[in-house]
Amino acid sequence: MSQAGMIMEFVHRRRRGAELFLLVLALAVGVGAYAAVGLGVDGEVPTDLITYGGWLAALVVIAHLVVRFVAPYADPVLLPVVAALNGLGLAVIYRLDLAEDTTFARQQLTWMSLGVALFVIALLVLRDHRVLQRFTYTSGLLAIILLLLPMVPGLGTEINGARIWIHLGPFSFQPGEIAKLLLVVTFAGYLVLHRDALALAGRRVLFVDLPRGRDLGPILLMWLVSLGILVFQTDLGSSLLFFGLFLIMLYVSTERAGWLVLGTGLFIGGALMAYRFEPHVRVRVDTWLHPFDYYSDAQGATSFQLVESMFGMGWGGLLGRGLGLGMPERIPRAESDFIMGALGEELGLTGVIAVILLYGLIVERALRASLICRDGFGKLVAVGLAGVVALQVFVVIGGVTRLIPLTGLTTPFLSYGGSSLVANWVLIALLLRISDYARRPAPTLSTEDDADQEATQVVKMA
Amino acid sequence: MNKPIRTISLFCMLLFIALMANATYLQYWQADALNKDGRNRRIIQEAFSRERGPILVDGETVALSVKSDDAYKFQRTYPTPFRYAPVTGWFSYYSQTGIEQTQNDVLSGDDSRLFVTRLVDLVNGNNTKGGRVSLTLDPKAQKAAYDGLRALGEDVQGAVVAINPTTGQILANVSLPTYDPNVLASHDFASVSENYDRLNQDPAKPLLNRAIQTTLPPGSTFKLVTAAAAIESGNYDASSMVPAGATYQLPLTSGETGLVDNEGRSQCNPKRIPFEVAMEWSCNTTFAQLAIEVGAEAMQKQAEAFGFNEHYLDDLGPQAVSVYPTGTDKPQTGQTGFGQFEVRATPLQMAMVAAGIANGGTVMKPYLVDEVQSADLDILDKTTTTPLHDAVSPTTANELTKLMVATVNEGTADDARIDGIEVAGKTGTAQSGVPGKPPYAWFVSFAPADDPQVAVAVMIESVPGKDTSEIAGGALGGPIAKAVMEAVIR
Repeated sequence: MSQAGMIMEFVHRRRRGAELFLLVLALAVGVGAYAAVGLGVDGEVPTDLITYGGWLAALVVIAHLVVRFVAPYADPVLLPVVAALNGLGLAVIYRLDLAEDTTFARQQLTWMSLGVALFVIALLVLRDHRVLQRFTYTSGLLAIILLLLPMVPGLGTEINGARIWIHLGPFSFQPGEIAKLLLVVTFAGYLVLHRDALALAGRRVLFVDLPRGRDLGPILLMWLVSLGILVFQTDLGSSLLFFGLFLIMLYVSTERAGWLVLGTGLFIGGALMAYRFEPHVRVRVDTWLHPFDYYSDAQGATSFQLVESMFGMGWGGLLGRGLGLGMPERIPRAESDFIMGALGEELGLTGVIAVILLYGLIVERALRASLICRDGFGKLVAVGLAGVVALQVFVVIGGVTRLIPLTGLTTPFLSYGGSSLVANWVLIALLLRISDYARRPAPTLSTEDDADQEATQVVKMA
Repeated sequence: MNKPIRTISLFCMLLFIALMANATYLQYWQADALNKDGRNRRIIQEAFSRERGPILVDGETVALSVKSDDAYKFQRTYPTPFRYAPVTGWFSYYSQTGIEQTQNDVLSGDDSRLFVTRLVDLVNGNNTKGGRVSLTLDPKAQKAAYDGLRALGEDVQGAVVAINPTTGQILANVSLPTYDPNVLASHDFASVSENYDRLNQDPAKPLLNRAIQTTLPPGSTFKLVTAAAAIESGNYDASSMVPAGATYQLPLTSGETGLVDNEGRSQCNPKRIPFEVAMEWSCNTTFAQLAIEVGAEAMQKQAEAFGFNEHYLDDLGPQAVSVYPTGTDKPQTGQTGFGQFEVRATPLQMAMVAAGIANGGTVMKPYLVDEVQSADLDILDKTTTTPLHDAVSPTTANELTKLMVATVNEGTADDARIDGIEVAGKTGTAQSGVPGKPPYAWFVSFAPADDPQVAVAVMIESVPGKDTSEIAGGALGGPIAKAVMEAVIR
């Protein structure tokens, strides 16, 4: 083997044992938190701890086994991180159930089972992520249909001022969560084909390479779609997420900062317009700037949720009140958008930082897979998925902790919500698939030079 | 495409760092402010479930938490509600006032000095108990003041303050009308809110601690400050002759408005009279001229040396700041000489003037919290006495005492005489400045004159049913001050 070949052929280890060990730790977090909730609220371990823990362990082990067999080179950190977040989320939801006499945790566990099932199916069916490139336009169309569904009268419902839900019989469903995955595939497929046109043509204005007028089409279209979601569905979070996602992928595929400048400009313009003409956006911004002025019923109580969450997090302090010992039920809808408030109250700053770092790990692992991935489509999909997680986490946790105006998005893997949980499990399956492909040793291709130099012929085994 | 991916990685890292920094800011730096916010129900609800420490007055409990079997574990109760309400304040779901508010950290057990106790409780699995707060109040003086003021009539508005001149300890703080803090500490929140609204909107303002939160013109009691400034100037002592006269036309004025008279006290009529006589008969003409003679600046300096224009009470709040106006011209300075124009004082402030004179010229910083103990009676903190200002020299204080003793023995303050004990005192009847509204009656005194143990200020804002001619500092305030002084000395 040649010198160059030695350097090229760095072989990633499979590390499935490490994954299993980390999964045991993640299970300890999830089941331990569940037990701690029971101890904190009732003074005793929940009676169904064994069945609950067994079910959680079974799900995790199934996921691990499937990864071991169909994606042996996949990143070993992603699955344990997700298992820990999901387990922690279940425990916090269970804690809120005990306070408010609801059964969200049970439903969430069902959704998690469905999520793991789809995770397994995705890994089994999709043996090579490049297959998805064939569905570039199909998934784009599907995404648009999904995004439009909530607007259909009788099907869509407005919850908390945002029209992002559809109801089918007993099931409610947030199509935006699925659409974000489809959009990543669409953007990646489109950009990997058109990147050269978007990257090379254009003129230079003030050190910035600006794109050609006719190439502006996709970005303007995406901008309009985002504005449409903002105006017609009054969904600040999704609109920001989709546009930011598109911008990141556009920038990565073209390597031109000009797109970022242009996109940021468009975003700021859109945001200013929305603030000026959209009353609900204005309310959000005002409650962000002066939350304490809108707290009481007399003041409209538009910031009640935010301020209660801030009170809770402040009360939690560095170490938190302890699971089951705070009053997170004071925060309306704490089990969905504001789950970080409940977590910050009972697990403190320590818990919040730990959760943020776990999300950071997901993003870091996804970006790493993107870096080492060998095909452009895979790179773009991985970077897109990393961007989705990073933006969504930033928008929702930033909103809850009053870093940015509050927008309605779920906290991945933590919040109660079926569509979000299922979609995110599939997202992780895609990432694992790409990282498996990226870390797998490259098939040895014998070059002509080699063939000439080899004294004996290489016989390929198996 | 790897270069932009690295840029995106940096960008994502920035996002996550921003999230963590902001969470740290919220849960660490901002946490204190959030926990102190009055609307934060978590803190209050938790406090209701904890055994809050008692407030004690000389061994007698004036506020305590008793076990309750409703939604919360403890009920705050006040055994002598009306008498101590202005000091204890109340502890409710919505707000706290008085000592309940200023000593909240100790009473609730959150104080850093109780950290070890909390830790031990945590390890032993005990519920945290709040600390105990002992007040400087003297129950006998408090009772004498309360009963005395109540005896004036049903709807009397007024306040009594007694302080120990040598230490600054507040011995009595009574304010009328008062209220029952038990109804505001109830767990029936609807009735609490109803009662609070009723009390808060009552025009008689029962929730106000008039001893520290109401400033009124101090009238003739302020002549003590004018006399102090005059003697400090070096031109006078207690046996000097001072200018007087039946009337005195303020400089730069003409006619009725600038004409100072003595409301018919003929002892003041001669052009010059002994200082003792001027004090005994509270001659306005004398003190107007003395104030102008020492000048606005010296008057202001003297008033501020006694504590005017200053915040000094930390144990109860919010303290109203007593005012001596700045930059007065000559006729205004003349009027301040007998406690009118824009001079305004709290009863506590006037008690401090008397106490400063009693204590050889040194005004002590007033305080109410004597001692803070843990639930296990370990002393955590005992307040040390600190001087606030040296208001006058010991000689001046001595001369002023002579004038005040003469006023009790020979003059207008004779209602405060105590057999066998020399009392120093001064009356005041201040114009309310509102046409048709009766004047305010004041009385300040201390005793015994040679070894002062107590200084008292009585302020009567209004006594329904009495007309202007019956309102006089000596007749109304004198007996109350006497009762309080006797309660402390005997």
